[in-house]
Amino acid sequence: MWRDAAVMAGKDLRIEVRSRVATNQVAPFAFLVLILFAFALDPDRGVLGTAAAGLFWVAVLFCALLAIQRAFAVEASDGARDNLRMSGLDPAGMFLGKASAIAAELALLEIILGAGVVILYNRSLHGPVLLVVTCVLATIGLAAAGTLYGALAAGLRVRETLLPLLLLPVVAPVLLAATRASEAALGGSPGDGWPWVRVLGVFAVIYVAFGVVAFGPLLEESS
Amino acid sequence: MKSGVGTRILGVAAVASLALLAVMALVITPPDVNQQDAVRLIYIHVPVATCMYVAFGVTALGSILYLWRRTRDRKWDLLAGASAEVGVVFTGLTLVTGSIWGRTTWGVWWTWDARLTSTAILFVLFLGYLALRRVGGDPDARAKRNSIAALAACIDLPIVHKSVEWWRTLHQKSSLLDEETFLHPHIHGSMYWTVMLGIVSMLLLLSWLLIQRYRLAKLEDRFEDEGLERAIAERRAEALTGTGTGPGTGML
Repeated sequence: MWRDAAVMAGKDLRIEVRSRVATNQVAPFAFLVLILFAFALDPDRGVLGTAAAGLFWVAVLFCALLAIQRAFAVEASDGARDNLRMSGLDPAGMFLGKASAIAAELALLEIILGAGVVILYNRSLHGPVLLVVTCVLATIGLAAAGTLYGALAAGLRVRETLLPLLLLPVVAPVLLAATRASEAALGGSPGDGWPWVRVLGVFAVIYVAFGVVAFGPLLEESS
Repeated sequence: MKSGVGTRILGVAAVASLALLAVMALVITPPDVNQQDAVRLIYIHVPVATCMYVAFGVTALGSILYLWRRTRDRKWDLLAGASAEVGVVFTGLTLVTGSIWGRTTWGVWWTWDARLTSTAILFVLFLGYLALRRVGGDPDARAKRNSIAALAACIDLPIVHKSVEWWRTLHQKSSLLDEETFLHPHIHGSMYWTVMLGIVSMLLLLSWLLIQRYRLAKLEDRFEDEGLERAIAERRAEALTGTGTGPGTGML
């Protein structure tokens, strides 16, 4: 399973490195979202700085949607999905591989966005441990739920509009918990953030486990 | 496939108990000391909220039964879908009645209170599920996809609930499901029984709607199956006789 996961993740990341869609399209989009937030919330009133944690995670969610769409779009062409099905790779491994590739892309995006928030919104970083743990767990949760719903919506004609509707309410607790934890970290009271980290942990564990079990049947049946 | 006698009796019973509920809620029970007449909304709000949970429970159960190999049958998926649809209606009613009650009692239509927020998320979660159900495809693949989506949404509910509860809590504590108060209600006698009657009559209504929706889903399913078979048979007949001049020629 782990070997298959590594093969799958390697394949997806290689595609991303070669096609540069993540770096040329998704990352600039993330940057753009940060600028748009500044237009929407007047920077002079200080709202931007106070809401930085929430804006950061909303931007991450939007980018995650793009990354997930992209991860399954590459399987849609040239019957790649059928080849995948016949490749003999373990479905659980495939799920973990695909989720790890998405998680890696998201982690990169979070670093870019984080830098953007620090520079553009004039926030300084505190509580680095809490921040890193929050980001890691939230990313795993987002990637796992995203991969699951991406596979669910893949191959459907209406996937572009369906995926956000399916995924965003499910990851609502991630947005909530990650925002609170990051706020606690940025606000200099990391103690308040740790209960939220537990929520993120539980979410990540549940969706990774569910995805491992459900990915096989999903891949098998959907065409 | 007409609805049976039992279903009709159920329908009549639902209407009768709802009429009785209206009399109890609007005439017989006294206004509340604090909430005045707004309390009468509770006789609908609490029952529809209960029904919402029951309906989504049935959806989860139907989805599990479909996914479990031994009980795999498309009817479970149809039941899950029917129940989700009815559940979404009840969720909408819960939100609307709660909102009206909130306006009169708290003075606002909406507050970001824990239960309101998690109910709103629940609403959107299952709207997404219903949207997914509408997407076509092979019936068995569709059923499997639906069931997995329903379960993926259901396992999210406790997390949503817990996290939103931590986020903020302003809503009244549940006054019926508490074991102690269930046996020794601290709300006025006739009010307590009206809420109970409300729950019973809404459950009757829920079952009636569910049965009808399920029946309709089965008919749709059959229509789809037989419709396809008939279309194939027609095209074959056309090919044999060589009289394929209809608009459908060459489609299959």
